[in-house]
Amino acid sequence: MSGVASIAAVAGQPARDPGVANRLSRNRKRSNRVATVLCIAATVVALAFLASIIFTLLRLGFGGLSLTVFTSVTKPAGGNGGLLNPIVGSLIQTAIGTAVGTPIGILVGTYLSEYAGKSILGNAVRFVSDVLLSAPSILIGLFIYELFVNGRGYSGIAGGLALSVIVIPIVVRTTEDMLKLIPTSLREAAVALGAPKWKAIVLICYRAALDGITTGVLLAVARIAGETAPLLFTSLGNDNWSLALDKPMSSLPLAIYKYAGSPADDWVQLAWVGALLITFGVLALNVVARVALRPRR
Amino acid sequence: MSATTSATDEKANVGPMTARSSAALNAPRIAIKGLDFYYGANKALKSISLDLPDKQVTGMIGPSGCGKSTLLRVLNRMYDLYPGQRATGEVLMDDNNIIASGVDVNQLRSRIGMVFQKPTPFPLSIYDNISFGVNLHERLSKSAMDERVEWSLSRAALWDEVKDRLNTSATGLSGGQQQRLCIARTIATRPEVILLDEPTSALDPISTLKIEELIDELKTEFTIAIVTHNMQQAARCADQVAFFFLGELIEVGTATQIFTAPRQKRTQEYITGRFG
Repeated sequence: MSGVASIAAVAGQPARDPGVANRLSRNRKRSNRVATVLCIAATVVALAFLASIIFTLLRLGFGGLSLTVFTSVTKPAGGNGGLLNPIVGSLIQTAIGTAVGTPIGILVGTYLSEYAGKSILGNAVRFVSDVLLSAPSILIGLFIYELFVNGRGYSGIAGGLALSVIVIPIVVRTTEDMLKLIPTSLREAAVALGAPKWKAIVLICYRAALDGITTGVLLAVARIAGETAPLLFTSLGNDNWSLALDKPMSSLPLAIYKYAGSPADDWVQLAWVGALLITFGVLALNVVARVALRPRR
Repeated sequence: MSATTSATDEKANVGPMTARSSAALNAPRIAIKGLDFYYGANKALKSISLDLPDKQVTGMIGPSGCGKSTLLRVLNRMYDLYPGQRATGEVLMDDNNIIASGVDVNQLRSRIGMVFQKPTPFPLSIYDNISFGVNLHERLSKSAMDERVEWSLSRAALWDEVKDRLNTSATGLSGGQQQRLCIARTIATRPEVILLDEPTSALDPISTLKIEELIDELKTEFTIAIVTHNMQQAARCADQVAFFFLGELIEVGTATQIFTAPRQKRTQEYITGRFG
């Protein structure tokens, strides 16, 4: 009965005007085309910059690549030097930064996601971490300078610590976000088997969030591998071969900073090589991680 | 408990459902006495008193929001995870009040297992899904663990389907297989009571049938409580049926009595589909 009534009501409405319908359809198609073109244009512009950067890096850096770069330490201009000490220094300080920052970041992120909820302390930690995420990195260098360097001298460990301060908020953010994506039902399922909360988190939630957390750590590594400002007055840079953590230590960004603006052609060349190495180092790391984390069946 | 198997009430006859369960109920494994439950200020269960008979199936039915799932979550103290939720009254198991403070909830949950509405396989291998729960409470040798995994998967009617791929990810199983894995995971810890919260509502009819057969099989060893929205399922699986409405236990009796001669008008209206 009611079905018949509703059909009658629709029939009572004025008939659809085909002219209006056609015009609306045309307009919709036109705006659709405009939006598509704008999207493609924006993508092309963004990719063009990226391609230009990589092209420039390859053009200016590739020619300078030789075995000497990896076997010889930095030397005075014109001395046919390499980048051995900056490469090794960068590896060491990035490793320290990651090794110190990752566990702290994961624990804080776990606290925020699993324990803090909407508590005042949780919100305060979240806010401070977000501020730290966007803090100018030179401030972080200054902070570590005041804390560790002033009075004790520049050191590789201080450089690593400065980098770890950059790692922490990145890992905090990704860990919290990734853990929050895990459905409550998975946690409850683990708890329902008699697992204490911490075991449910460590054995189940971390496993479920592994890919996301690893991606966060890699982002952090990529970020600190190219950081210069926090190292300026923490590890300072060192033109001699040195593995001592308590002495000034060289690094690729500092070498680039020093060489790129110099009048000596071979130093400028080395600066481009260093930039190329950082870029492709980070790229390689990402590719390796993607392959390693590919879901297995 | 009067076993009402007498003349079928015309109005309550719900057609093809045939309660084929036993008429007599066993002694209680769990006795709930005067249980109140609160979500914050909201009282969700109102002085519930209910016995779960040993090695039999209790079906809990009622419209959404009536408190039947809440009751399950009281029995294994799942509500402990959430501040603001609290229960008062008594839930007696071996004469101990399991909702009292001071009870080791982790051990309690190993004695009272739970399977949820949606399958929740851990992102681990099939084998590790089983061993996870066992490792929480026991130290088994590799061969003993292998045996336990095979035993629990066999009991859950899943062994034949997965025995050749125990080390592959559990998330690759079908929905019905995942749910049977969750049941296997639960019985692997050797609980005494199993709580099933709408275990088949996300499954297709064939998987549902398998799980219902499984429930029938499992009650020889375990005391079972199942929440369901499916009257036929309650009639097929349960020995005892409890009808809840707005946080109150309206009526409880043998499945035969509830489905053929309900004493309360609201029970009759619900099982005949007039509301809910």
